[in-house]
Amino acid sequence: MYAQMVQSTGRGMKPRAEMTEEEARFQDRIDAGEKIEPKDWMPEGYRKTLIRQIGQHAHSEIVGQLPEGNWITRAPTLERKAILLAKVQDEAGHGLYLYCAAETLGVSRDELTQDLLSGRMKYSSIFNYPTLTWADMGAVGWLVDGAAIMNQVPLQRTSFGPYSRAMIRICKEESFHQRQGYDIMMKMAKGTPEQKRMAQDALNRFWYPSLMMFGPSDADSVHSAQSMAWKIKINTNDELRQKFVDQTVPQAELLGLTVPDPELKWNEARGHHDFSQPDWSEFFAVIQGDGPCNSERMEARRKAWDDGAWVREGLMAHARKKAARKLAAE
Amino acid sequence: MSNEWPLWEVFIRGQHGISHRHVGSLHAPDAEMAMKNARDVYTRRNEGVSIWVVEARHIAASSPSDKGPLYEPSQSKVYRHPSFFDIPDEAGHM
Repeated sequence: MYAQMVQSTGRGMKPRAEMTEEEARFQDRIDAGEKIEPKDWMPEGYRKTLIRQIGQHAHSEIVGQLPEGNWITRAPTLERKAILLAKVQDEAGHGLYLYCAAETLGVSRDELTQDLLSGRMKYSSIFNYPTLTWADMGAVGWLVDGAAIMNQVPLQRTSFGPYSRAMIRICKEESFHQRQGYDIMMKMAKGTPEQKRMAQDALNRFWYPSLMMFGPSDADSVHSAQSMAWKIKINTNDELRQKFVDQTVPQAELLGLTVPDPELKWNEARGHHDFSQPDWSEFFAVIQGDGPCNSERMEARRKAWDDGAWVREGLMAHARKKAARKLAAE
Repeated sequence: MSNEWPLWEVFIRGQHGISHRHVGSLHAPDAEMAMKNARDVYTRRNEGVSIWVVEARHIAASSPSDKGPLYEPSQSKVYRHPSFFDIPDEAGHM
């Protein structure tokens, strides 16, 4: 999941008896499956939670370009390079769709960017892990994009119209990302013993961080309860994590690779795999800024923003001058 | 003065002769750059054959509270639909 531990009102779902008339009408619309559009009345908590969630999601798409951008110049063939370039370009596009959706809620693009750069807003923990070998490009597409899809497919039905439309667009493109990743894994797993070892090593390193993407169990979270009532969160983190494990295990078997979890086994009674939880203390450390690549990622974003300042200002000055000249000629 | 690039709404006409359709928005300093950005952001997979970009501040939008006065009058005018009229089958396709 690209949005982790998004804070809602912190008070759990508001009981109907405590709702104002407007709030009750709003909840009725959501319960009836209607979409909420930007100009419609909405509770302040709904607006704020959505800005946090969509903003964090957008930041993740943008920061998510960095671990893969790392390999564009070193892709093994020209074709793989073109594919990776297209994939990373898609991620930029996904970030832009999401920023646009957030902006309809009354926050500006620059405010969102500033909140990312100041560390006030987060991005997904997964992008704080390094991509050490070419096999990591396979593992990222297969596992990281796979986990993202798990979360994004149900979000196509989210109650906020612009977010839902952005998700539909993103999901259409996301499948390419996962398939290109799995394709890299297939090639490597069926390659030389050394290539297969690299593929296994990538799976070993990305398995638990991928499970962390869904966030810690939120069965008792007051934030999630409110978000689910508002349909800006559709499934619990544990549901999505289970679904991801069940889907991914047979894919690993098909590759002839081993999921790095000795406790992993099929539970006939539950109809699901049993599996080990990731190390949640590691997750909290990464979220707090102590992951292997946090400072590198933020430094890259700040540098891009600062180095681009003269372009943003210059083009704006040019546009103003051109508009004034046109006005004078009329 | 803010240096944030203005917001543009993007409309794209797909392959099959249908009308331009709103696909999303983006930021750009002027129309020329908005067009270039729209191409990169919204037509990476052959989604369109024509792009319109309009600066968002030029769009006037109806408000949700106008829903009643704007659309209710048409609800009582069912005779505007062809199915309102009973025509004998003998008259053939009509």
